[in-house]
Amino acid sequence: MNKIGKQTIQFSSPPYILETSSIVGPKEAQGPLAKYFDQCLEDEFWGEKTWEKAESKIIKENVNSVIAKSCIPSQNIDYCFAGDLLNQCISSSFGLREINIPFFGIFGACSTFVEGMSLGSIFIDSGAAKNVLCATSSHFCSAEKQFRFPLELGNQRPPTAQWTVTGSGAAILSNTNLDKVCPQVTYITPGKIVDMGVKDANNMGAAMAPAALDTLITHLQDTGRKPSYYDAIITGDLGYVGKEILTEMAETQGYNIKNNYNDCGVLIFDKNAQDTHAGGSGCGCVGSVFSGYFYKKLKEKSINRLLLIATGALMNSTSSQQGESIPGIAHAIAIENLVFGDGGKKQDFGNK
Amino acid sequence: MKKIETKQEYLDYVDKKSPNSPIFKNCFNAFWVGGLICSIGQIIFDFCKYKGMEDTSCSTVVSIVLIGIAALLTSLNIFNKIGKFAGAGSLVPITGFANSIVSPAIEYKSEGYVMGVGGKMFTVAGPVLVYGISTSVIVGIIATFFV
Repeated sequence: MNKIGKQTIQFSSPPYILETSSIVGPKEAQGPLAKYFDQCLEDEFWGEKTWEKAESKIIKENVNSVIAKSCIPSQNIDYCFAGDLLNQCISSSFGLREINIPFFGIFGACSTFVEGMSLGSIFIDSGAAKNVLCATSSHFCSAEKQFRFPLELGNQRPPTAQWTVTGSGAAILSNTNLDKVCPQVTYITPGKIVDMGVKDANNMGAAMAPAALDTLITHLQDTGRKPSYYDAIITGDLGYVGKEILTEMAETQGYNIKNNYNDCGVLIFDKNAQDTHAGGSGCGCVGSVFSGYFYKKLKEKSINRLLLIATGALMNSTSSQQGESIPGIAHAIAIENLVFGDGGKKQDFGNK
Repeated sequence: MKKIETKQEYLDYVDKKSPNSPIFKNCFNAFWVGGLICSIGQIIFDFCKYKGMEDTSCSTVVSIVLIGIAALLTSLNIFNKIGKFAGAGSLVPITGFANSIVSPAIEYKSEGYVMGVGGKMFTVAGPVLVYGISTSVIVGIIATFFV
């Protein structure tokens, strides 16, 4: 494991992503990616009395599912990195309190999933762990309650607002592939906090796009790669507004990502049919879209080189009310099928 | 597009890139739904008057009925849909006030009846009450001494 360039880490024995699992809520189940998720819920409560309990159950069941799918007994999982959006990360700590795996609670807002995968990969490549579990969750109703207004309040959302995904993503990283074909984490580029002064909590995409740009360019410079090296460059979750900003700003800096770039918040919902305005957001968005959709694409080798950049808006409702601007962060992780060293099919997302 | 260097340049650029709310559509919907709610109020008022009630009692009945309907529709998950469509059209009449009190009461019931329902019921309507009552006190003082 080496640090290369400004802030990228290159793994000497790239950790394997052994298995992933995803659970999503009913609205996501009506979206275009529905068939890729492991489980789709029929209602937001899932038999629980509160939104918070429901979210804890989602992450708990998803973690159980990924452990079962990986065939690794839970006592052989050395550490767990998990986080969510609720105050003090209660969904993760309540959901995983009976799991008996040493636990690191982390917060990176919507970037938490990749933050966890980055830390997990370092643990594995350093020899500190053989198997690491990473998980995140978010819930539309609990997030609305904490960050915005009661659900039944008859207000209007501006077109730049994003829709918090109800869902969870979980992955198991390992130093062995158990003779299965598994994609590997080759590089991570942890991001810097970037604040360009956006104050509108209903325009998170614009607040986070500069951080994504900074991490993207730093990653490409550190690794000496071109955007076209990757079959797909995926951010989570800039939504429609942030996606367009990132594409245009990257171009002004001399990086053309127009064709192979897309965003998890854009992919998870059908904007017109589902009335989700600027797209999805939340820890569960990039978590479930990677675990559900992109991991399957990597396994079936239709994508062989993926750059996943998860973005987070590091604010809370108090900072918004006090008129503070929104600091953004973005962590990048390069995931590749190393056995098949050639690039896979270049993804063409048909961007303008 | 040229390279963005400063925060102000970025904010201007974001302004340009962010879609605006459909203001004419929103105003039109607010206008006719708001008008419809007020017309329903007027119908109730005229009906009460027809039944021989005094004007002040008629007004009270109108408020009670509209608040009751709004509270019921809030609990049935219908009012938020009307509010999303009509915006200020359903917010400004007394229906919006009822919705702003009932919706947090439902939302925070999970935190118990004292700190949840009781404590959080006025989180949305609180500012309206504080400044509404304060204004009426000031106006009352002015009316008493100067008019």
